[in-house]
Amino acid sequence: MNSKRLVTAVAAGAAVVMGLSACGGGTSSNGGSTGGNGGANTPAFNAAMTTIFNPSDKKGGTVRVANAGTWDSLDPGETYYGYSWNFLRTYARSLVMFKPAPGDGSSELVPDLAEKLGEPSDGGKTWTYKLRKGVKFEDGTEVTSKDVKYAVLRSTDKETFPNGPAYFEGYLNLPDGYKGPYKSKDVNTDSAIETPDDQTIIFHLKQPFGGFDYFAMMPQTAPVPEAKDTGAKYKEHVIATGPYKFEKNEIDKGFTLVRNDKWDASTDPNRKALPDKYEVTMNVNADDIDNRLISGDLDIDITGTGVQPASLSRVLGDPALKANADNPSSTRLWYTSVSPTVAPLDNKACREAIQYATDRTGYQTAYGGSFSGGDIATNLLPPQIPGASKFDLYPAGADNKGDVEKAKAKLQECGQPNGFETNIAYRAERPKEKAAAEALQQSLGRVGIKLTLKAFPQGDYFSQFAGNPPYVKANNLGLALNGWQADWSDGFGFLSQIVDSRVIRETGGSSNVSVRIPDVDKLLDEAIGETDKSKREADWGAIDKRVMEEAVILPGVHAKSLLVRPKKLSNIFVSTAYGQYDYLSVGVA
Amino acid sequence: MITYIIRRLFAAIVLLFVVSAVTFSIFFLMPKLLGSSPETLATRYVGRAATADTVRETAERLGFYDPIYVQYWDWVKGIFVGADYSYGTGVEHCPAPCLGYSFRNNQPVFPDLMDRLPVTMSLAVGAAVLWLVGGVAVGTLSALRKGTVFDRAAMSVSLAGVSLPIFFTGLLSLSIFSYNLGWTAVGGSYTPFIDNPGEWAYNLLLPWITLALLFSAQYARLTRAGMLETMNEDFIRTARAKGLPERTVVVRHGLRGALTPILTIFGLDVGLLLGGAILTESAFSLQGLGKYAIDGITNYDLPKVMGVTILAAFFVVLANLIVDLLYAVVDPRVRAK
Repeated sequence: MNSKRLVTAVAAGAAVVMGLSACGGGTSSNGGSTGGNGGANTPAFNAAMTTIFNPSDKKGGTVRVANAGTWDSLDPGETYYGYSWNFLRTYARSLVMFKPAPGDGSSELVPDLAEKLGEPSDGGKTWTYKLRKGVKFEDGTEVTSKDVKYAVLRSTDKETFPNGPAYFEGYLNLPDGYKGPYKSKDVNTDSAIETPDDQTIIFHLKQPFGGFDYFAMMPQTAPVPEAKDTGAKYKEHVIATGPYKFEKNEIDKGFTLVRNDKWDASTDPNRKALPDKYEVTMNVNADDIDNRLISGDLDIDITGTGVQPASLSRVLGDPALKANADNPSSTRLWYTSVSPTVAPLDNKACREAIQYATDRTGYQTAYGGSFSGGDIATNLLPPQIPGASKFDLYPAGADNKGDVEKAKAKLQECGQPNGFETNIAYRAERPKEKAAAEALQQSLGRVGIKLTLKAFPQGDYFSQFAGNPPYVKANNLGLALNGWQADWSDGFGFLSQIVDSRVIRETGGSSNVSVRIPDVDKLLDEAIGETDKSKREADWGAIDKRVMEEAVILPGVHAKSLLVRPKKLSNIFVSTAYGQYDYLSVGVA
Repeated sequence: MITYIIRRLFAAIVLLFVVSAVTFSIFFLMPKLLGSSPETLATRYVGRAATADTVRETAERLGFYDPIYVQYWDWVKGIFVGADYSYGTGVEHCPAPCLGYSFRNNQPVFPDLMDRLPVTMSLAVGAAVLWLVGGVAVGTLSALRKGTVFDRAAMSVSLAGVSLPIFFTGLLSLSIFSYNLGWTAVGGSYTPFIDNPGEWAYNLLLPWITLALLFSAQYARLTRAGMLETMNEDFIRTARAKGLPERTVVVRHGLRGALTPILTIFGLDVGLLLGGAILTESAFSLQGLGKYAIDGITNYDLPKVMGVTILAAFFVVLANLIVDLLYAVVDPRVRAK
């Protein structure tokens, strides 16, 4: 009896401290104000979404950063995490960058190492950049175009640098069988990249690519001095070109960045470089990160994916905490792949029945609701991607709970008037995916579509199970929970890996599980070669519509996250390009 | 005695090989039985945009095309003669004892283990002292005051201690004592003992107490049961009849007899903790062996998993050996045999 009381008392105390209890604060139902009313210095919910909160040019101080996991790599040549691309601008400079500006302004590309954006020629097959003069590595050596060329070439060696994007090896006109400068030594690569002088670099592509500036934005174009390259060990000490350099670096434990005295502000219009130091710790307990952010013992949760469920109600329920929070969207879509290779889903009307029968609110709740889950999605492209427009081909009623009658009619049309049975795959380690699968099971059950849940380990999810076409067919995996975040805020960055049928590998491993539409492949090729930005952006919208017409993707939510904005930070704002705070611009002094 | 120790050490080495072979087999044989090919195994270690060529090259580099016994032999060989590893611009020699390189971050495993061992050791040893002293003291007092309010309260608290999961008590105590009251260090704080012993203890105080709370409950209950049994033995009556002071009767005769089972379980517990206090390290963000093991497991990083497994098995075996030797010291009956 005594022990029971004690446990109850401790549990009650915990609930109060950790905010697990239902607090009585007035949570607004529509996501709060835009923050514009209170001005840039008054705490308000979403105050840093479109304006700079607490603007300052004051230098000094240390920014304390924590990561619940570890970096894929600190080497600009092989990192693929969005937060890493956001943060590495502190120590590396690529040819082009997203503008460090609040809100949608951040989606604009601006020159960084280059003097201006790329100049296309040969119908978009050749791109030329001129480098700024006076940019130096941390050892004082001047950066030349050859350093950029070397950096790009080494990043194509995917055996040494497995984690990075593979766009350059796919698009550059490299010699056949080229495997990077370590294995293909002394191979002439001028067919892919020319450096006629120290300031000029010319990229030659196999096919026209109108959005090459996005490639130039990738960290793989950050220069690497060949003499100091140490291959897979380079991540232990990256030679900095940005305003900060590594003072110490313990792989998977943490690192410290200090000012790079060879960085010259006159060569860099984009960086304020306010703090003196960044101290980064990895493998920190995610719930502990939230507690420290709230208490002011930490400045940045680097992953930028928002607070954990335990802290969500605490932040939303306490007006003071909520006033120091922002709720940005990311370019991520949580969705379900609907495989046309699995009968009876080879019939379009059967797939449409799934679209109509889905209770969209159940899907949204499964992912954490409107604040930490996201907005209900009715199409693929997240709204912040240029060219995206919201449309809904399968209206689900005013309450978004699905149109059961329409779904039944579609089932009739596809010859399955009483519904059918199929399996739904999800990643065993992801409770949100399981909850979404259960929500679908419930809502589709209303029209007789019986789903059986199948859990698979996330490490092998795409290679062996949900992304392995023969397995999908043989095991009747009609539906598979899925998710995708754009490599960058652009239609190509979002769509190319999830709707191009040519990325599907019969041996498994592709994120595209269900989209095999020849028209879409053709539209993609046209959009890729289009150098007119506005025309290209319109093409992405058309592709979105064409995929939705085939009902092979069931959109779930466009992801959002709830970020805590530490009071100590100055000059803080959300970068739409990254869907998180702009780590380059913050200050602490 | 020396022959006994040598025999035990030899058995320990054989056991370590068995443990390593079983771990290795689980890692490779289980997926194989589920139909994995070397390429599908390799897809875990390539980026999401890898080509078929990259997958094949990675499988080759990691040795997945070799028969499993060859892969295991290569790993064992590394322990005795070291191994070479290409990092692109050169080749690095990993000196013996080389437990391989991480499949994920290319870092040699052995130095990483040695780097994290002091953290885990500090955590385990400090907590062990606390729970042993606290648990045994509370258990003894409870036994001597059986049925009193103290006894009931102590046993209730100990039940709560066992029942509450450490990731709960850990985060709760951090929230109260570190972030609200500011009495203890924040999560993730660690200073090596040789750098600053005071700071070392200050940083680890909360993890020690939290971990000790979990274990001391068990020890208090065991000690209480043992003491109740021992204090009813004939030799205690004899000791009292001889006119020995009660303190001597309890400590030198009663407690000593009750300590043998405590010692057995203590050896096992400390041995296991030295292999990594996974939950405590995770809750307090300590970069110890437990956190390292979790990383290895979640990322399918076999060399890391193998390294921690071997080290953990080594500590369990070592702790048991020490416990066996200590029996003779603690219990005169064992010495007499």
